[in-house]
Amino acid sequence: MLAWGTIVWGGGNDATREKAFTLIMFVGLAGSLNILLGYTGYVSFGHIVFFGLGGYMGFYLLAGHGWSLPLASLAGGVFSAAIAGLLGLAVLRLRGAYFALATIGVNEAARAFVSNFEPFGGSTGMSLNFSTYQQYGGAGKALWLTFDLMVAVTAAALLASALIKNSRFGLGLLAIREDEDAAMVMGVRTPRAKTIAYMASAFFPGVIGTLYFFKNGNVEPGDAFQLNMSIELLVMVMLGGQGTVLGPLLGAVTYQGMRGYMLTSPLFKDLHLAVAGAVLLLIILFVPAGFVGWLRERFPKLRGVLE
Amino acid sequence: MILETRAVSKRFGGLQALKEISFAIREGEILGLIGPNGAGKTTLFNTINGVFRPDKGRVIFRGEDLTGHPPWVAARRGMARTYQIVRPLKELTVLENVIAGACFGLHALSIGKAEDVAAEVLGMLGLAGHGRQPAGSLNVAEKKRLELARSLAARPHLLLLDEVLAGLNPSEISGMVETILKIRESGITILMIEHVMQAVMKVSDRLIVLDDGELIAEGRPSEIMNNPRVVHAYLGDPRAAERLMSASATKS
Repeated sequence: MLAWGTIVWGGGNDATREKAFTLIMFVGLAGSLNILLGYTGYVSFGHIVFFGLGGYMGFYLLAGHGWSLPLASLAGGVFSAAIAGLLGLAVLRLRGAYFALATIGVNEAARAFVSNFEPFGGSTGMSLNFSTYQQYGGAGKALWLTFDLMVAVTAAALLASALIKNSRFGLGLLAIREDEDAAMVMGVRTPRAKTIAYMASAFFPGVIGTLYFFKNGNVEPGDAFQLNMSIELLVMVMLGGQGTVLGPLLGAVTYQGMRGYMLTSPLFKDLHLAVAGAVLLLIILFVPAGFVGWLRERFPKLRGVLE
Repeated sequence: MILETRAVSKRFGGLQALKEISFAIREGEILGLIGPNGAGKTTLFNTINGVFRPDKGRVIFRGEDLTGHPPWVAARRGMARTYQIVRPLKELTVLENVIAGACFGLHALSIGKAEDVAAEVLGMLGLAGHGRQPAGSLNVAEKKRLELARSLAARPHLLLLDEVLAGLNPSEISGMVETILKIRESGITILMIEHVMQAVMKVSDRLIVLDDGELIAEGRPSEIMNNPRVVHAYLGDPRAAERLMSASATKS
């Protein structure tokens, strides 16, 4: 991750940076989804709602109240985590398919709400005044700052997921994934553990959303709550290996590479979501543990090294 | 008294699963819980450790009223249980399963300390060589021992065993019986549901008998075998009656 950031920083080329920005963003999003999906086994189909809501809140503070980018993006993350904490009280009582459906509902409800919420600009959204970039020393510098922060937040998301996985709290989450009722009887405070995991996995998308919309200069409901992005994140996590730390990184890089190829190929350019669906189906049927999980099963010696 | 239930009742829709059950276990005792299928034995376990909330009555554990508390409270106060149908955390390794037991049990150990406890317990149950294996890959007898290991790693005061002998062959049963006696020697009180009569008669200090949600008898194994209400209850379930009779025959 950092090595990659360094290559981009060293090169200093805008086009490479733009490509890397999207990729690193998806690594961060997939890594944070994995904290919920991979560790607790709760499949959030609408996880992008936290990217959208956090992004909206952060953007609102940037554009409307003149907050600085680092502070506003942090606030976006905290806002997403708080929403997840509240939502969790309701939706985390549901299990399996019911939970997955509820998360889609939440995403659609958030989109509908924001589209009609005037302080957030309603259905047309909000734009940044170009002069905002001046306080960062011009648009060029502002974009570099956004990139640096994106690398930092993605690294933080992966670090958090590694720390959680190797902690006592993480072991409780894995127990929930394997058998929630047995986990409860073993002494895991399941509602609290699930809520904290949900909040952690919502925090990073909120930060990332703010950075993304700042870079774009505008935010609108159609961009913020794209269900297809949610599904692509699931594909990335499943492809790389849910519940592993490296899986989402590998999955996001592989999927983005594939998507990049498809979007530029005349044959596949309108079919990339269909292909994503087919890939998801194949993973679930044949390699449910994903790439990293498969490696761990195939070569047990790697278990110690490959998290 | 380490555990006491006071007139505990539980109803599921039209089924009165437990009717005013009152009993107590002394510290260090092995109390056998027997009764025909569907008598409410597992429901009683689930009511004791908080999976179900009783409709009426109280559950007192080590002087504290645990009625209506969620199951993790019972676990953290020192109550551990195993399941009749084993529930290993399949994708985790055997060692991780047992570490989890220690982490969330009575002492809420850190991962590092839990690992030491886990290694010790795995050794005691003859699973030391399986630590790195996924729990799902064990055979039935090993899974049963894993369940026991996980619950022992919690260092409980009271262990609820739900048919740990079911599905084991005779030599595995005698091994498990020895393990149970060893656990008691280490100072853990045991409440066990069991259908393998010979074994439960042998290890229990006292027995309680449930039938159709009611506590119909309580006493030493020899008293229970000759109790007319117990024999009658089991005659409603011929296979169980046969097992009871054969146990009584070998005993005398």
